[in-house]
This record gives sequence, structure tokens and C-alpha cells, in this order.
Amino acid sequence: MTTLIALAYLVAAVLFILGLKQLSSPKGARNGNFTAAVGMVIALGATIPLLHFTRAGLTIIAIGVVIGALIGSIGARMVKMTAIPQMVALFNGVGGGAAALVAVAELLGFGTHPAFSEALPSVFSIVIGSISFAGSMVAFAKLQELMTGTPITYPGQQVVNGLLAAAIIGFGVAVLAIASIPFSFIALMLLALILGVAFVLPIGGADMPVVISLLNAFTGLAVAASGFTLNNFALIVAGTLVGASGSLLTKLMSDAMGRSLANVLFGAFGQVHAGATAAASGQARSVRSGNAEDLGTLLAYSQRVIIVPGYGLAVAQAQHAARELADVLEKRGVEVSYAIHPVAGRMPGHMNVLLAEANVPYEQLKEMDQINDEFKNADVALIVGANDVVNPAARSTPGSPIYGMPILNADEAKNVIFMKRSMRPGFAGIDNELMFGPKTVMFFGDAKDSLTKLVAAVKAA
Amino acid sequence: MTNELLNELTFFVLAVFVGIEVISKVPTILHTPLMSGTNAIHGIILVGAIVIAAGAHTPVTIALGLVAVTLATTNVVGGFVVTDRMLEMFKGRQPAKPKAPEAAKQ
Repeated sequence: MTTLIALAYLVAAVLFILGLKQLSSPKGARNGNFTAAVGMVIALGATIPLLHFTRAGLTIIAIGVVIGALIGSIGARMVKMTAIPQMVALFNGVGGGAAALVAVAELLGFGTHPAFSEALPSVFSIVIGSISFAGSMVAFAKLQELMTGTPITYPGQQVVNGLLAAAIIGFGVAVLAIASIPFSFIALMLLALILGVAFVLPIGGADMPVVISLLNAFTGLAVAASGFTLNNFALIVAGTLVGASGSLLTKLMSDAMGRSLANVLFGAFGQVHAGATAAASGQARSVRSGNAEDLGTLLAYSQRVIIVPGYGLAVAQAQHAARELADVLEKRGVEVSYAIHPVAGRMPGHMNVLLAEANVPYEQLKEMDQINDEFKNADVALIVGANDVVNPAARSTPGSPIYGMPILNADEAKNVIFMKRSMRPGFAGIDNELMFGPKTVMFFGDAKDSLTKLVAAVKAA
Repeated sequence: MTNELLNELTFFVLAVFVGIEVISKVPTILHTPLMSGTNAIHGIILVGAIVIAAGAHTPVTIALGLVAVTLATTNVVGGFVVTDRMLEMFKGRQPAKPKAPEAAKQ
């Protein structure tokens, strides 16, 4: 019997690996997700015969599965494509919470003198799982705009976080050494929850994807640790797979932003209080601001238009309006393409998902390397809610916080239409020289409204 | 060190390498779906949650088991469904194309 279960776990592990492999190529991605789901069903099915259920146990499992399945499927189906990142954060957080609770239950079951090799992974799982849970909830709140997306910082923050971490290690040792103190893990859990919140607070909304990816890896490791306590092969392998691939993915994501992970986590990016100075200098300098009619005419009589979609487009859910504009332009014979910065939108790859949702033809989506040389031949670069990814300071100003980040060469186009809600700086909190450029016309307003106005203006032109 | 622990450590170390190797060449556009997909896979904690809930008999273990199973199921189901929705977008592109011009406003 146990041999059969072990074999089933092995099959599940293989399916997880194959699923991940398929997920990392565009062709097989959807099958990959399905493959992994089959692995999950096999692992769950194999576990049931292993157990002796109490009546209460059976009842709570049934209730828990029904409630969880309802929340999970309804949440995942209802969520708008633009809100995907916070949904991933939420699902990640509950996984971390579950891992911590499983470890707590195990620790309670060991009695007063658990073997070190079993107590250690439990403590690890409680701490990491709790951090992941609390951190993911803050990430969710920030992206859902339940709280401010800007970094929350105060003097001595790093010290406080350091002390919290030290206290957690101290308590962890105490729980391991003097395990006879009942419920000492509650203090451990509370401290870890506080650290999870404190750790994510100083990180800005634009960097949240990297944080979610990191917390995703954390949850994976917490699950693996629970696997060590429960002596469960499936948990160890699947948790470790996620821990390892999640860590690498985190690194790839921060690389795509041209930043180091340490900079993302501890840099408190917006703290470069350039925000205030930028606003001040923004007022002092004049920009050209255009109206829909003029800009519509400019677009209608162009030959090549490159749309640069950004975070603002995602927030305003303007992907459909953008496609509509592209359609009316194409009908007039204008060549339209989209320049996709690797970190455009709210997550790497998020913009592709959004534009695919609006049925933008795949050939029109151009990656940064493909399109950067084409800007100089473009009549108009239409920037919709993007900012830092077209800031020439990344090329020209060595002192700038975004210096060295790969950017789109929108400034090389013959005309630049900069659609933005206000003169507020982007997440990097710095001025964008491009807004003041001689070729640039600002078009203020919500991205969706503005695009709709442009559609009308192009039709009238 | 017991044999079992040694075995587990071996699995762990090998899984680290596999995890890194398997996603080493992933295009940027798939970062978000991949993150979401791995997110669903760590929902395997549901196995652990069911194990601890199965034998629950005290109020504390019953409460822990119930919450753990609920959270873990949310993770699994939500994780896979949301990943599928994302990837559906990528796939739906080709057949949707011919319809696109008609769907656009006249």
C-alpha cells in the first residue's frame, strides 16, 4: 500500500516537473498548467487511503474543501485581467498560511519533546509561511489600492526589521530548546506576521510583482519544510521545486527591471525624495499640452504609429480602447504596432496578457529589442500611461535611480504624444525629461477616456 | 542521521537543481503565468492539511485543520484556474483574429 502511494507521489512529482517545463514555453504553457493540475489530483488521491479519519476530521475536510474550492474558483473566474497580480498574491498568501498552520498542528502533536530534526522544519515552516501570508496580504492591499501603493518608510526602519528578525530567531531557538512551553509558537507566529507586514510596507506598488514572486518562493520552501516534518515526499519535492524556480524567477524579474533584488527589497526606491523636487520643477517648467482634435489629426495623417502601453493603461483598463484606436488608424492605412517593455503593466508579461485579452494581433506586439530601432522611423510614439520605461534619463543621467535600466527609445520618434493623468512622476519618483521635449505633446486625462476621445477625433479627421 | 532524513535531504537537493534547470530559459511574456502556475503547485500543502485534519479530535486541532484545509484548497483551485484564464488569453488569439474587424465599432 505504502509502495503504491510512494509511486503515485513519484508520478505526481514528474507531472509537476513536466508541467513547469511546458509552462516556460509559449506553445505548451496551457497544457503545462493542466499537467500540473493532474499531478495535484494524483497526489491528493494517493493521500486519502493512507489516513484514518476521525468523524470530526472527515467533516472539517469536507467543509474546508468545499469552501476553499468555492472561494478559489469564484475568485479566479470573477477577477478582471488587470487585477491578476493581486489575485496571485492572495492565493500565494493563503498557501503560506496553510503551511504555517500545518506546521503548528504537527508541533502540537509532537508533545513536549519533539525530535530536533522534526521540530526544526516545523519552526521554519511556521516562520516562513507566516511571513509569506502577511506579506502577500500587504501586497494584495497595495495593488488593490486598499492602501497607498507608495513605499511607507520611517527612520530606523531597517533596524526595526532587523530586530524583528533577531527576535524571531531567538524565539525559534527557544521553541526548539524548551519545547515544553506550550503555545510558545504563537509568539513566534505573531512576530513572523509582523515581520511580513513590515518587510513589504517600504516596497512600492511597481515593485510588488518581484515581491510576490519572492513570497511565492517562500511559500514553496515553507511547504517543503512541512514535508520534512510530515515525512511526505510529495510536499518536499513540489515545495522545493517552487522554492527553487520561484527564486530564479524572482531574479529574472528584477533583471528585467535592470535592478538587483537587494535594491528592490531594501532600496525603498521612492525614498529618493525626488518626488517633491520633481513636482516643484515640473510646475516651473512648461510643457505643451494638446487637445484631442489636433492629436487625432496628427495620428490620422501619420504613416507609422507606435503605441507604448504602460501601467496607466493597465490601471484604467484601457486595453480595449487602445485596440479600437489602432483599428481606426489601420483602416486609414496607418501602420500600428505596440512596443512592449519587459516590465510594462503590473507584472512582467502582464501587458501581453492584457492586450491579448483585447484581441490585439500577436504580430503587432513588439518586444523592446525588436522595436527600439524602429522608433526613429515612426511618425508618432503614443505613450499611454507609461513613464519610467521611456525616461531618457536611464541612458543619459548616471546619478538617476533608473540609470542603466533598458528603456524604449520613444524619444527618437518624430512626434511624441504623452498620455498621462497628471504631471506626477512615475514610480521611480523622478522627472521625465521626455515630457518637456520639443517634440512632445502632453495629453492629460484618464487613459481610457483620452483614447476614446482620440478615436472620435481620428474618425472625424 | 536517520536513513529517512537522509533520503529526504537527497530529494530536496535534487529538486532544487531541477527547479532551477527547468525554468532557466523562460521568455518575459510568460513570467506572470509561470509565477501563477508555481503558485498553484505549492497548493500541494493541501495534502499536508488533509493529513493533519484527518485525525483531528481536540477543538484546537479541529480549528487548525479546518482553516488549513480551507486556505490550501483556495490556493490549489484558485491558482490553477487563474493560471488557465491567463494562458487562455494567449491561445485565444489566433481564432479570434478573423472576427476582430467585425467586432470593432463601425
